[in-house]
Amino acid sequence: MSLVIGAFTIGLILSLLSMGVWISFRVLRYTDITVDGTITLGASVVAILMVNGWSPWTSILMATLAGAVAGGVTGVLHTRFKIQELLSGILVMTALYSINLRVMGRSNVPLLNVGSIAAPVARLLQGAAGEGDTLMLLGWRVPLQDVAMLLTMLVITAGVAWLIKAFLLTHLGTALRATGENAQMVRAQGINHQRMQVLGLCGANALVGLSGALLAQYQGFADVQMGIGMIVWGLASIIIGEALVGKLTPGLALTGTIMGTLLFRLLIAIALRWGLNPNDLKLVTALFVFAALVLPDRIKMLGGMLKRPGRREC
Amino acid sequence: MLTSTAGTGGKSMMLEIRGLRKTFFPDTPNEVRALQGIDLDLSEGCFAAIIGTNGSGKSTLLNAVAGSFLPDQGTVRIDGVEITRWEEYRRAQYVGRVFQNPFAGTAAGMTIAENIGLAMRRGLSRGLRPALPRQVRDAMADRVRTLGMGLENRLDNPIGTLSGGQRQALTLLMATWLKPRLLLLDEHTAALDPKSAAQVAALTREIIEREHLTALMVTHSMQQAVQLPNRIIMMHQGRIVRQYSESEMARVRVPELLAAFDRIRRREQLDPAVSDILGRQYL
Repeated sequence: MSLVIGAFTIGLILSLLSMGVWISFRVLRYTDITVDGTITLGASVVAILMVNGWSPWTSILMATLAGAVAGGVTGVLHTRFKIQELLSGILVMTALYSINLRVMGRSNVPLLNVGSIAAPVARLLQGAAGEGDTLMLLGWRVPLQDVAMLLTMLVITAGVAWLIKAFLLTHLGTALRATGENAQMVRAQGINHQRMQVLGLCGANALVGLSGALLAQYQGFADVQMGIGMIVWGLASIIIGEALVGKLTPGLALTGTIMGTLLFRLLIAIALRWGLNPNDLKLVTALFVFAALVLPDRIKMLGGMLKRPGRREC
Repeated sequence: MLTSTAGTGGKSMMLEIRGLRKTFFPDTPNEVRALQGIDLDLSEGCFAAIIGTNGSGKSTLLNAVAGSFLPDQGTVRIDGVEITRWEEYRRAQYVGRVFQNPFAGTAAGMTIAENIGLAMRRGLSRGLRPALPRQVRDAMADRVRTLGMGLENRLDNPIGTLSGGQRQALTLLMATWLKPRLLLLDEHTAALDPKSAAQVAALTREIIEREHLTALMVTHSMQQAVQLPNRIIMMHQGRIVRQYSESEMARVRVPELLAAFDRIRRREQLDPAVSDILGRQYL
């Protein structure tokens, strides 16, 4: 049971990352690799601020803003200085590695004896259940702290997802979506598509920063290596989500992205339980994304080849 | 000289182009002198068609007005405002556009309503209010109904599910949703099947007449050029070589336009080397 709770909690936290990647990759159609640096940035900012006595919420807010700035820099490199989109992300990601080390002062900052954003929920649960440090859940005895963390993340992720959905249906939000679809059309409607790209990258990376901040809180440390391959995890989650619910409307796509992340984390937890070497995790994920990107077309081609003899008859 | 400026006197000009020049890939073997000094005036309410052979610079002229690139020389004014150095998106507050490619004017994955919602704020600021509140959608349906395509019942369908003709009709409607000071049509029926092309052409005329729009249309179709506009501008090798004013338009027919093209072409058979030599000798 605690395996499931853990997988769901991490899944919810990484849903924010996936939604960020979804905004850059699917909405803006911009392959933004800044993400790998931004998630660590979010974690480092939150860790260093909390160690220095800031409140969890203010720290998280600062981490989110830091993420937005990082995304903005990538956007400006691309739009103002005409650096290729992938390269501008790589530049910022690389720079962020040093910046993250600077922020933390070392490569790993543990978060011991600091406040937790789940504390209010934990207190609430304790009041309701009143039976110490554990809680009965569907017949399983689970640590109350874990449940509190899960609920907190659920509220945050659901709230943020709702905000994004609402935003994408505003004038500005529709302009942002159209930017990824058809930049020419967007310009013809009087929208500065470059400004939209920067705005979108700010938003996307703010989400990733937030995700990193929550992840650091959950796992109790920030580490300079923690961001490697995160964009691929995000992509894998998006692809699973699209297979589950499609991508017809922003609301559906966001729901799918969250569901995809949860399922993906659950699969990983199960695979690790069954003895998958954690070192192989990123290889497996990369292979999965490769297959998911390539297979649909291959299957279509195969289907076309199988159908052809039938067509000749008529 | 055939290059001419239609002198319409003191009447207010919606579009004024002066000495516009553009050379692509200058100083390379691929150098293209696309615009070689264009002067053009369109008064308010004038609907002009630009015709010309391939590579005559007609689309380039349209794109120069739309702001797809910046000219080397010359000025462009819309309603008295000089916009020569404005970026493309900024010009959209004055200019509505329909492209040759029916897919270019709309965002395929978004719904019809969302696309129109974008056009409803062309050139205006876009805030954090919902793009499609109920009363806006009702007004939208009323206006889409005027197309007579039944699209008012499909406002929530992705626009990518529509045919090219339907998309082009919607793009036209979107370009004119807010009255543009200038409407630019870039061979907007060329990529459609004949029936849709006729439909969109009729719609074009209807909207331009109803809203008294000033419009500049590039077209390949001589038929369209004699039927739709009230002025024809003939271009060749980056220059305006002939214009048919409103009074001439009543008489002009397709064969005449073709004959005019023929004369230009015949003159060109001496050209360009010979005419250069002749020019040097006599001037």
